[in-house]
Amino acid sequence: MEIVRYIASRLAQSLFALLCIVTITFFLARLAPGGPFLDEKKIPPHLIEQMQKAYGFDQPLIVQYGLYLDRLIHGDLGPSLGNKGFTVNEVIAESFPVSFTLGISGLFIALVIGIPVGVFAAARRNTAVDYSLMTLALIGICLPTFVIAPLLGEIFGLRLGWFDVAFWEGSTAWILGAVTLGLYDSAYIARLTRGAMLDVLSQDFIRTAKAKGVAPLTILFKHAFRGGISPVVAFLGPALAGLLGGSFVVETVFNLPGLGQHFIKAATNRDYWLINGTVTVFAVLILIMNFVVDVVQAWLDPRIRAGK
Amino acid sequence: MMALPLICATLSFGFLSCQRETRVERATRDKILLLGNGAEPKALDPHLVSSVGDANILRALFEGLVVPHPADDFADEPGVAERWEANDDFTEWRFFLRHDAKWSNGDPLTAQDFVYSFHRALHPDMASPYSSMLYFLKNAEDFNTGKIKDFSQVGVRAEGDHLLVCTLVSPTPFFPDVVKHTAWLPVHQATIEAFGSMTDSYTAWQRPGNLVSNGPFTLIEWRINAYVKVRKNPLYWDADAVALNGIDFYPIDSPFTEEKAFRNGLLHSSYSVPDNLIAGYREKANTPLRIETYSGTYFYRCNVDKKPTDNVNFRRALAYAIDQETIVKYVTRGGQIPAYGFTPPAAEGYDPPHVIRFDPEKARDFLRKAGYAKGSDVPEFTILINTLESHRNIAMAIQDMWKKNLGLEKVKIENQEWKVYQQTTQDQRYDVSRAGWIGDYIDPTTFLSIWRTGDSNNYTGWTNPTYDKLLRESFLLSNPVERLAKLHEAESILMDELPILPIYWYTRVYLLHPDVKGWHPLLLDHHPYKHLDLIAAKSEAKSEAKAKRQNSGKKGGAE
Amino acid sequence: MPPADSPDSALAPPSSRRDANAATIEKGSSLSRDAWLRLRKNALAMASLCFLVGIVLVSFLLPLVPGIPDPNATHPELQSLGAFSRATTAEGQSIFYLLGSDPLGRDVFSRILYGGRMSLAVGFLATFVSLTIGMIYGAVSGFAGGRIDSAMMRFVDILYALPFMIIVIILTTYFGNQLWLLFVCIGAVEWLTMSRIVRGQVLSLKRQEFIDAARSLGLSQSRILFRHIIPNTLGPVVVYTTLTVPAVMRLEAILSFLGLGVQPPDASWGSLIKEGADLMSSDPGLLIYPAAVFGATLFSLNFLGDGLRDALDPKSSKD
Repeated sequence: MEIVRYIASRLAQSLFALLCIVTITFFLARLAPGGPFLDEKKIPPHLIEQMQKAYGFDQPLIVQYGLYLDRLIHGDLGPSLGNKGFTVNEVIAESFPVSFTLGISGLFIALVIGIPVGVFAAARRNTAVDYSLMTLALIGICLPTFVIAPLLGEIFGLRLGWFDVAFWEGSTAWILGAVTLGLYDSAYIARLTRGAMLDVLSQDFIRTAKAKGVAPLTILFKHAFRGGISPVVAFLGPALAGLLGGSFVVETVFNLPGLGQHFIKAATNRDYWLINGTVTVFAVLILIMNFVVDVVQAWLDPRIRAGK
Repeated sequence: MMALPLICATLSFGFLSCQRETRVERATRDKILLLGNGAEPKALDPHLVSSVGDANILRALFEGLVVPHPADDFADEPGVAERWEANDDFTEWRFFLRHDAKWSNGDPLTAQDFVYSFHRALHPDMASPYSSMLYFLKNAEDFNTGKIKDFSQVGVRAEGDHLLVCTLVSPTPFFPDVVKHTAWLPVHQATIEAFGSMTDSYTAWQRPGNLVSNGPFTLIEWRINAYVKVRKNPLYWDADAVALNGIDFYPIDSPFTEEKAFRNGLLHSSYSVPDNLIAGYREKANTPLRIETYSGTYFYRCNVDKKPTDNVNFRRALAYAIDQETIVKYVTRGGQIPAYGFTPPAAEGYDPPHVIRFDPEKARDFLRKAGYAKGSDVPEFTILINTLESHRNIAMAIQDMWKKNLGLEKVKIENQEWKVYQQTTQDQRYDVSRAGWIGDYIDPTTFLSIWRTGDSNNYTGWTNPTYDKLLRESFLLSNPVERLAKLHEAESILMDELPILPIYWYTRVYLLHPDVKGWHPLLLDHHPYKHLDLIAAKSEAKSEAKAKRQNSGKKGGAE
Repeated sequence: MPPADSPDSALAPPSSRRDANAATIEKGSSLSRDAWLRLRKNALAMASLCFLVGIVLVSFLLPLVPGIPDPNATHPELQSLGAFSRATTAEGQSIFYLLGSDPLGRDVFSRILYGGRMSLAVGFLATFVSLTIGMIYGAVSGFAGGRIDSAMMRFVDILYALPFMIIVIILTTYFGNQLWLLFVCIGAVEWLTMSRIVRGQVLSLKRQEFIDAARSLGLSQSRILFRHIIPNTLGPVVVYTTLTVPAVMRLEAILSFLGLGVQPPDASWGSLIKEGADLMSSDPGLLIYPAAVFGATLFSLNFLGDGLRDALDPKSSKD
């Protein structure tokens, strides 16, 4: 019963947060100078007026906001102004799978590499192994995605010919994209894991276990690991959101038609409904992810569980 | 850390990929042309597009009265019109349409379709960005601006199904050249009106499955930011002559990505090449690099309503202090030509006035004439550019040239993203703004008419009654020599007052795969796809070798 | 650093122990002095510290030294030269390029120095902004708990999902491309994760006995928060900070990539690396040199962070 109430209240909070995001985005996007009806050739003012009327931009902003909310509740994200003739729903339905594939594979790569490396480095603290692993992780963090991505493309795409360097359909370029995203986050995760593991390992219950003669590996994975990955879990929410939404560099470098590119283009095209739409999708994802993270974290850390 | 995924990747893909044929090889076999095409198309509606890349797709889907010749910019190829003729002073043109022209749904294509299309293009409610291209037609401008409500007064009429008569404002000997432009393409009335009224823009009619066209190809797929795919149209009147089975157009924002995609065997042709990589390609044997003269000018606009660029001597100082030679040689590096005038020397019989030539001494003279004893007295002003690597490099070089040659210390550069840049320019809220202009057809008027008072592309605030008068007079002359002389006189005024600082004349710099046959350099870069073919260069070499072997083997048996 | 679970108060962190035992005694100095002493013993951390101080001094002072070429002076005819090359310009001026020249013939070494000013300023200032906001916010949220905590964390969620690009575009177009805007924008984004991490730490800290002890001594809430809880979150915070500085520098680079960061012709390390990445196959030096300096700076930051972490946590050094 307790848990049901907790989830219900979290859900209500999340919905409220979503409303706030949608509202803020709506008004922010409209504040930006420039408009969706600009072109290389200047369009006469009477025609701009006409188009604004056609899209309902002649009404007071607050009325437009009301209409927008109404449409949103019915799952209609509106027409795309930058990709005219397409609806935002269509655009997102097309691009979301791309970003989702990239993001999930990236996260998977990041976890599969990052956590073991972090744990291992912590267990071999202050040895050559630790230093070299952490140095590698640091290099991963130092190299921005816009260096890693073309570098991977150059080596594994052009020199070795294992992967394609561009396009989505029938192309292997997305693997390089996922690796790019994953490498960066794996470095991050490795460092976080190592730091947290060291914290846990220095605690008394570990000392006690050690004193009792529990095998080091058991200590590492049975006792320390739970506490050790807690910051990693906390990091996962923003990490996935970042992977999904912020991968526009990777999408640009490998020319993948994902959500990140749409978001940037929508912003530069002043594509109001697409901005709102991508942000809404993005927000829903983050809220879900954070919700999951909170639950998992509570499960991992009995102290937080008690605190609730 | 990098090792793990890479090992996995190696295991799963390394083996397969060794024998994998590249996308281009497969596409060549299937006769599908893979083209890098710049930005995502804004629309596939002839009356809505304005960018070069969009027009490239339209020329695959639609066919106008006259089409570009595959190899000669000055020749005209019959399109929907089998032949055409003009009256003596080139003010009335009669286009005889072919009887076998059809829409891709089987409907016959008639002269009435063109009248409908021109009506739509010019309709004030359509807001077609290129409607002014049709101002050659009598009363078209008045209809487009709403002064006339009755379209029948506009100078176009259908006489029967197969004769289209265009009555023009003024003598236009190059009219067949003008109607090659995408703004003159026909659209299918029934399809447009099945998805809205005539003037509803961006309805579903331009989507795959709906779009009915009359060109060598039909639209089969359009995925945003990914591709537009067109395939051979079996109902095209000249379908037998079309060698390709289809074309895939890929929008690629980053020129660096595009270049890599080309190198990776994913494209037959790239839309551009990054400036910094041109040198490397030049050195290659059998280089895929193509550098061709292109009818376009790269220049800076000056705001003549704002200090300090309101002073004509100051503008002259700026113009003469730009070392164009250095820019094309070391910055853009694509064989561009320093622009000594505004109109590129492409049109037959027209050479723009030779005015601008780098001269720091002259520049400093003009600076003094402008009332500045030294460069540091000049108030701060900003060069506005839109965000792109090459614009930035040019701006930084020019900024430094002005510093070196004129002593201007307070010149800033401002990057704005495309939309904001456009609005800033259109609202004339800049000091100096980067710009480019590509000819819509081959004639100086496509370059010179934008500087008339009140033209929708002027944006500099510059106005000169003599210039306007000369241009107006030139439109009424049917003698080409006299006409071009008038235009030359007009351009001399432009180059004396310098509301714009010419920098260089464009070249088309791109990469082209050797499999592509029938692709010739063209000034406007309007390649008619129906004349292209794809033949694997390798297999060609192979069959040649085979032929040789057979000849030398003396057997000459049946193959 | 979550302190020990053991009831033995001797194992509680030094700061709390001191307070709990002798709340009236002058505090603070000994903790930092201890830490400093421990840090000095860590050779790697000290070397990093020296390097950082060095690079900061060089970036900020060396450009004032005469003889360093103007980073924005172009000599296109001398483009893309290798390191240690001497060349003569069209005007007959002889130039020595220590690290070669870029495609506009500018001095790469000088651009790296000037770029360093920008990157270090952005990196440290924006990190400081985010650190301050994030720590206070996270600590208050975790410490207050309950409804306040949920409300504050939902607010963070909302900010997380905000379209950062749009905000930056709006701000830069309204206020022009100004440097302070970068600090604000980057700081405003980066504090979010920091606040979540601090909150997590605080949540587990506040249940601990040394906090109960402080409470039972009648210390005020804010005093407990600022004197006892926040100092104990420093470990993860320091580690996260060493991750934030590079993140900030990267973010700055991405903004430059979109034309919203450093304005041309000025450079930052991020923008130099971005330019170099595009030309890595034709002119690797343009990527390698700035990336090396950038990397070395981040490495030092990290080793210093690790050193600080150890120095601030007496227990770990006993292990």
